[in-house]
This record gives sequence, structure tokens and C-alpha cells, in this order.
Amino acid sequence: MKRYLSQIMASILVNSIYAMINYPVVLINTLLAPLSILAVVTFASHGTLLPVAALGALIMNMVQSGTSMQGDLSHLKNDMKLQDMIVSSPTSAGIYILGMAISEIVYSIPTLTLLLILNFIFVKISIFGWLTIFLDMILIFTFSISLGFFLSTLSSDIVQSWAFSGIISPLLTTIPPVYYPITYIPYPWRYLSYLSPTTYAAEIAQSAAGYVKLNLINFALTWIILIIFTIFIFVIALKKSRWREI
Amino acid sequence: MHIQVNDISKKYDTKVFALKNISFDVNLSGILAIIGKNGAGKTTLVRILSTQLLPTSGLAFIDGYDVIKEPQRVREIIAAVPQEARAIPWLTPIQTVSSYLMWRGLSYREAREKGREALRILGLEKVENEKNRKLSGGQKRKVLVATVLASEAPLIFLDEPTTGLDYLSRKELWELLMEMKKNRLIILTTHYLEEAEILGDLIGILDKGKLLDLSDIQSLRSKMEYPYSIKIYDRDIKMVVNGIVKDVSDGLQIFTNEKNVYEIIPKLLEKKIKFSVQEVSLSNIFEFFVEEGVQDEEVLEPNNGFNSG
Ligand SMILES: Nc1ncnc2c1ncn2[C@@H]1O[C@H](COP(=O)(O)OP(=O)(O)OP(=O)(O)O)[C@@H](O)[C@H]1O
Ligand SMILES: [Mg+2]
Repeated sequence: MKRYLSQIMASILVNSIYAMINYPVVLINTLLAPLSILAVVTFASHGTLLPVAALGALIMNMVQSGTSMQGDLSHLKNDMKLQDMIVSSPTSAGIYILGMAISEIVYSIPTLTLLLILNFIFVKISIFGWLTIFLDMILIFTFSISLGFFLSTLSSDIVQSWAFSGIISPLLTTIPPVYYPITYIPYPWRYLSYLSPTTYAAEIAQSAAGYVKLNLINFALTWIILIIFTIFIFVIALKKSRWREI
Repeated sequence: MHIQVNDISKKYDTKVFALKNISFDVNLSGILAIIGKNGAGKTTLVRILSTQLLPTSGLAFIDGYDVIKEPQRVREIIAAVPQEARAIPWLTPIQTVSSYLMWRGLSYREAREKGREALRILGLEKVENEKNRKLSGGQKRKVLVATVLASEAPLIFLDEPTTGLDYLSRKELWELLMEMKKNRLIILTTHYLEEAEILGDLIGILDKGKLLDLSDIQSLRSKMEYPYSIKIYDRDIKMVVNGIVKDVSDGLQIFTNEKNVYEIIPKLLEKKIKFSVQEVSLSNIFEFFVEEGVQDEEVLEPNNGFNSG
């Protein structure tokens, strides 16, 4: 157990703490994306969408952890050959990824704190609502971390990994109704947005805060679909990721 | 450490074999040096044994553990520095070494202590708190070597650890490896044949994916038809020899056997020609093994006289 803690701590130190200490500018990086969309949506809606967008920013932040983990892992694997050194060590793939996933959270603590403060101020949510949102965030985080790990093991150089990030980010966060209610999207486009797991995550958060009304069946369905998405990607990552190369 | 390799072959996506039917069985603590030209398959073999890459076919065991089926067992006892590994630029040497040790399961405190010690041994204590990106190329490589030196793994893989090191640093590292090898096995690849000769308790010669030989330097020599080399610092001599004669920059080099050495030396002494006699070096042996045709081209018919100059 102590050993696992050391191994997890090593990932956190290398990927976030030492990076933040040595290059404080990286902190602005995670802050910028969610906040800029939040600002745009808020201004464009004359402030009416601020609470919904603030919830959306939380979700985006979790998804962003996965995309940035994909980038970090690819870089460490392809350019530093760190992953090969880890493969030839007692650290297992699961523990390495767990450490890296936590390191992404640590990395985004400043952003997360700011977003939580905004949400506390502008969104009225019950304790139960917060619990729901918390669970929701964990699910979407697991989803994006699994996806990030899976893609990183497939990428063989940094250009490919940039391409992966470039595709995932907008597909999961900018285009789907994460920062605004899904009802803003006209049919038939609305069907398309149901292809993204973030749509469900946002719907759950928005309903927990009372901005959309879901009947019981829809509520259950939304959760089930999000859980299926997460488990599906998690299993794919578990089965298809290449820890040892073939 | 006992390493058994049984008929390992590796084909990447291409049709060519990067490794072809490699088999060997070594049981030693010391250094196994693997040499071979670019693309010979050294890295492929090291990556397979260090559980980073699956072979296409064949079996391998490290201390009885199946490399293919029980990688997690093997990973407990190995440490590896890949050929293209780089010290992470935003870390300092001490952060690099200690975090690696933490991945190996040491606590933060132990890892810092052991890391400092390893950096001190490699002469990096003055820069241990600089960013890696500010170090010279050789210092960066040393940081990586320090990471595995500091680990207590009984089997260490170093893929070209001394490439890019200056001559003195290389010699320092040799001393260190000689010290370290006492209670473990180090498998290292290198393009410096002198290094393989000095360090290698066993030397494996890979060529085009085949293991041409794996033995100690004396047995490699004994497999040579001409295990001695006489260097003559004069081109204008007329003499009858049995062996291979090569033109070198400052004279001639004759490869021959022991019996002939005793015949040639008195003649050289008599003619007052400057010369030196040595056992053939690993580079001579390597050329013999790898450059097919050396012998055919340059061997002189026995007892044929030759004129050179
Ligand atoms: N990932 C890969 N995909 C396809 N072919 C590869 C891959 N890695 C190596 N090869 C091929 O396998 C062969 C052996 O390569 P390897 O890297 O093992 O050689 P090496 O002896 O380590 O060479 P060097 O001294 O240049 O490091 C080469 O022909 C190389 O092109
Ligand atoms: Mg190589």
C-alpha cells in the first residue's frame, strides 16, 4: 500500500507539482479555456446563461484533464521514453495512470477552485444537487482520462497527439451543449449532440441545479447512458491500450 | 541472474525480421555487452527482455520468470534506460532520480537520499538542483544512468549508455559499471568496441537480427583463425607470411596465428624493423564476424611471398 502511494506520488510530482514549480506559467493554461468560453457565453446571453455556463465550465475542466493527460502521456512516452522506463519497473499501468490522472486534477486545482467559487456565488444548488454534480464530474473525468490514456498509447509522436487533442476538445466540450441548455439546439442537430457523453453530463448538472426539468425516465436514462459511455471507454482503455508494445 | 532465451524472433509490421531465432542461456553476475551495427537488432532484443516489447515468437525467462507471461514478476527485478530516453527538461537531476526511485516503490525520503548518493557518485552533485535542460548532453545521459544505478534492481538494461559522453566521462562510467556489476547483471549495448571488450564478461555479436556469437573475449579470440596481430611500422619490407595482411595508416598489420608469430618475430628483429605484437582486439574480431569477405580478399596463399609498398 505504501508502495502504491509512492508510485502515485511520483506521477503527481513529475507531471504536475514539479512542472508547476518550475514553470508557473502552465497554471494559466488550464485556466484559460474554460474561463474564456464561460465569458463568451455569459456576454452573448447578456448574463442570463452565466449559471449554466459556470456548471459547463466545471464539466469542461474535467474533460480537459483527460485531453491534457493524453498530451502529457504522449510526450513522456514518445519524446522522453519515460513510459518504457516505467514499463520496465514495478509500477503497473493502472497505478501509473491513476497517478497521472490525479496529477491532472492537482494541475487544475486553481481552475477548479475558481470555478467552484463562481458556482457557489451564481448557482443555487442544494446539498443533494452538489452531490449529484460531484458524481457526475467523477464519471466524466473517468471517461476522459480513459480516453486520454487509450489515445496516448496509440500515438507515436507529438504531432499525432496534438491531432488527437485537437479533435477531442471541440467535439466533447465546445460543440455539445455543455455551456448552454440543450433546448437551444434545434432539431435535427439536437440528435447529433446526443452522441457526446458530455451532453449527458451537462444535462445532469443542469437538472441538479434546476435549470432543466427531466422526468424520472429521462433522468434515469441520462445517467445510464453516461455510465455506459464511461464503462465502455474504460474497458476499451483497459483492453486495447498498449502498455507493452506489440 | 539467469537469462534463458529460446528461439526469439521479432518481425515489426514490415516483412523483415529484426531478430531471427535468437537463443542463449547465460547465468552470471557481471556485464553482458551486446554489439552490432546500426539496425542489427540490439534495441529490439533489449526491449523484449525488459518487457517493453512482445516478440513475434519464442520464449524468454529471467531467473525462471516468463518474460512474456509473467512480466509483472520480471519487472520487480529489472531496471532499464532506453536508447532514446531523455532527462525530462523541467525536472532537476535530483527530482529525476528520486521520482524514478519512487516509481520503483521507495518512499520520498529514501528516494531523495539514494538519488543524492547516485548523483554524487556520477559527479553531478554540483548540478543536482539545476534544470535538466541546462545540463550538457553528456550530463543529461549521466542523470539517466544515475536513475537505474540508484535502484537496487539485480538486472539492469542500458541501451547505449555512453553514447555522447566524452572519453573521460566514459571511463568514469566504466569504473562505476565495474563496481556495480559485482552483485548484478548489466546488459548493455554499445558501438564502442573497446568498451565492450573492457567491460564485457560476455560479448554478444548481433548482425542482421542473428546472434553470431555470445562468449567471453578469450573464446571469441580462440575462434579466430588468426588470433594475433603484428603491427609493422614499415611498408617496404619483403617477407613471407602466413596470414592476412592489411594496409593501415602507419604501416602494415598482419593477422596470424601463434606459431607464425614465433616465426615472424626473429625475422623482424633481424631486419631491425619496428613492430608490436598483440592479441586481436574486439574490433578485429567484430570485423571478421560482420564484414563477410574480409578473409577471402586479403588472405595470402600460405608461404606466398608478398611485396608491399
Ligand atoms: N518500431 C519499429 N517498427 C518497425 N521497424 C523497426 C522498429 N524498431 C526497429 N525496427 C527495425 O528493426 C531492425 C532492428 O532495429 P534495432 O533498433 O533493434 O537496431 P539496433 O541494433 O538497436 O540499431 P542502433 O545501433 O541503430 O540502435 C531495424 O531494421 C529497424 O529498422
Ligand atoms: Mg538501438
